[in-house]
Amino acid sequence: MSVLQISEVTKTFSGGTHAVNSFSLDVADGELVCLLGPSGSGKSTLLRMVGGFEQPTSGRITIDGEDVTHLPPERRPTGMVFQSHALWTHMNVFKNLAFGLKLRRMPASEIREKVEAVLELVGLAGYGDRMTTQLSGGQQQRVALARSLVLEPKILLLDEPFASLDQHLRERLREEVRDIQQRLGITTLFVTHGQDEALSMADRIVVMANGKTEQIGRPDVVYRDPKTPFVAGFIGTMNLVEGEVSNGQFTRSGFAFPLPIADGPATLAIRPESLDLTASDASKAKVHRVTDYGSHGLVDLDLADGTRLKSMVAHPDLFQAGQGVDPKPRAVAAYRNNQQIFRS
Amino acid sequence: MTSLTRTRSRIDWSGIAFAIVLTLLIVGPLVVVATWAFTEVWRYPNIIPQKFGFRFWGQTLGRPDVWNALMLSLKLSTVVTLLSALICLPAAYAFARMKFPGRDILFFSFLAGHAFPKFGLLVAIAAIFLQLNLIGTFWGVVLIQLVGTLMFMIWIPVAAFQAVDRRMEEAARDVGASPLRVFWSITLPQAGPTIFAAVLLSFVGTFYETEGAWLIGAPGIRTMPVLMISYINNQMVIQYGAVLSVLLWVPSFIALMFARRVIGGGAFARGFGG
Repeated sequence: MSVLQISEVTKTFSGGTHAVNSFSLDVADGELVCLLGPSGSGKSTLLRMVGGFEQPTSGRITIDGEDVTHLPPERRPTGMVFQSHALWTHMNVFKNLAFGLKLRRMPASEIREKVEAVLELVGLAGYGDRMTTQLSGGQQQRVALARSLVLEPKILLLDEPFASLDQHLRERLREEVRDIQQRLGITTLFVTHGQDEALSMADRIVVMANGKTEQIGRPDVVYRDPKTPFVAGFIGTMNLVEGEVSNGQFTRSGFAFPLPIADGPATLAIRPESLDLTASDASKAKVHRVTDYGSHGLVDLDLADGTRLKSMVAHPDLFQAGQGVDPKPRAVAAYRNNQQIFRS
Repeated sequence: MTSLTRTRSRIDWSGIAFAIVLTLLIVGPLVVVATWAFTEVWRYPNIIPQKFGFRFWGQTLGRPDVWNALMLSLKLSTVVTLLSALICLPAAYAFARMKFPGRDILFFSFLAGHAFPKFGLLVAIAAIFLQLNLIGTFWGVVLIQLVGTLMFMIWIPVAAFQAVDRRMEEAARDVGASPLRVFWSITLPQAGPTIFAAVLLSFVGTFYETEGAWLIGAPGIRTMPVLMISYINNQMVIQYGAVLSVLLWVPSFIALMFARRVIGGGAFARGFGG
């Protein structure tokens, strides 16, 4: 039973820039929460503050109710997996895993047992005698994970652990990590800038920008109902169209959509899969390019003023470049002043 | 592709010529000295000696001053290297990892000793040592040779400490190691091979250091190189000097072999930030 609470944490760097700005988050027992954001959004700084490698300028961090805000990393019940895996290259795999246990003055036989068990858990049974430099990237990252897990931390911290791996390996490893995390029921905070990773692994996603929370929620909710234009643009592919609303009608260069909101500027967000195309004359929009992905197709189209939209279609062979089309959104969200004001 | 293979297979004549000239320049004098060491009779105009033998080895090694000088040189080099490590390694760590006022100036001052003509500096120091009654004493020579090791023992370890991945140290903190334990179990072993190279270089460098030992140590302290110079200057028999210089190759040869086995070429390059 381990609960992580971050309350009102602010980190100001010595130039006055806010890396993290009054950030609060509760992570429930056994939950995996993803901090998702572009580089510079403060997600890594936040994780490093939870791990004890950075001191917050203000705010509190508690684990199971105990204030750890000012404890050094070695006295926190957290285990961190680094992006660069940071294995100790002068030790073999066994020694890498045993180091923390030795510091806890555990008897040698018990250390051997634990290390073998955790190697088994990450699928590297029998690799204890290898030097870390002899392992592949994926194996090194597994050892790094095992090094944290063997100490049974209350909170597991993962700092973009798969960033240095290729796509295929990344997908496999994130499934494995998710399985292990659920089997152990370990409370986990995961930093990534990859939305795929966040959507596929997390119980909840925290989308961050400029040191602040943009939205917190379940992956499907964040994907389907982004609360700010930033989240809308950051998660998945999204058409963001800026235009004017007057008399309940949103217009942008020949493209119109009924929108029951007050008059004024608005940003319309439409997923490519929610944008239907029908053949028409070229007055509204023209097809720029058609890409066939096999399972589906993607049509790039230009509105009369050149605004580029993307539409996902089931039969890409029905469209060709230069053809006139009429884009019809099935579902939209509208934003004004950085707030969602309408959703259909 | 074809042009690539053609250029690769072409013989690099200028490179070969360069290598031959270098080899002649470096190995040539060594061969001459080594030949002299094993020569008993070699008269003009013969190209090779008339008589080889170990007569002068017996004579040289039979002299007590040679053995005294060898023991003294080993003792000096060991003391200087240990002291230098004791002073320089913590300083190197501080330079590499900590921010403090005057850091850059202090770092430069460690190297400043090498920015001036050495002999002038030595004469100035000798004048001071004379006042302090350090001339002709063991500790006087230790002090002067210590200055000579500063560059190797600061520069290389600073680069070595800087090259240690900070994440490795953080990972060790994360699993429960105190900062001191991190230094001992992670930082030092990571920087170890390069630091070992620096220690070895300063040992060998001190062993062969001549100017300081001569200027400060004379007449009481006679190290191997000082003894060799006096043999070459004062004896009409060339072989004494030749035997001693062949003898002096031994420690550096052993050191180099040892260094190659323990660290391999990469660590030296890494030590210089390569």
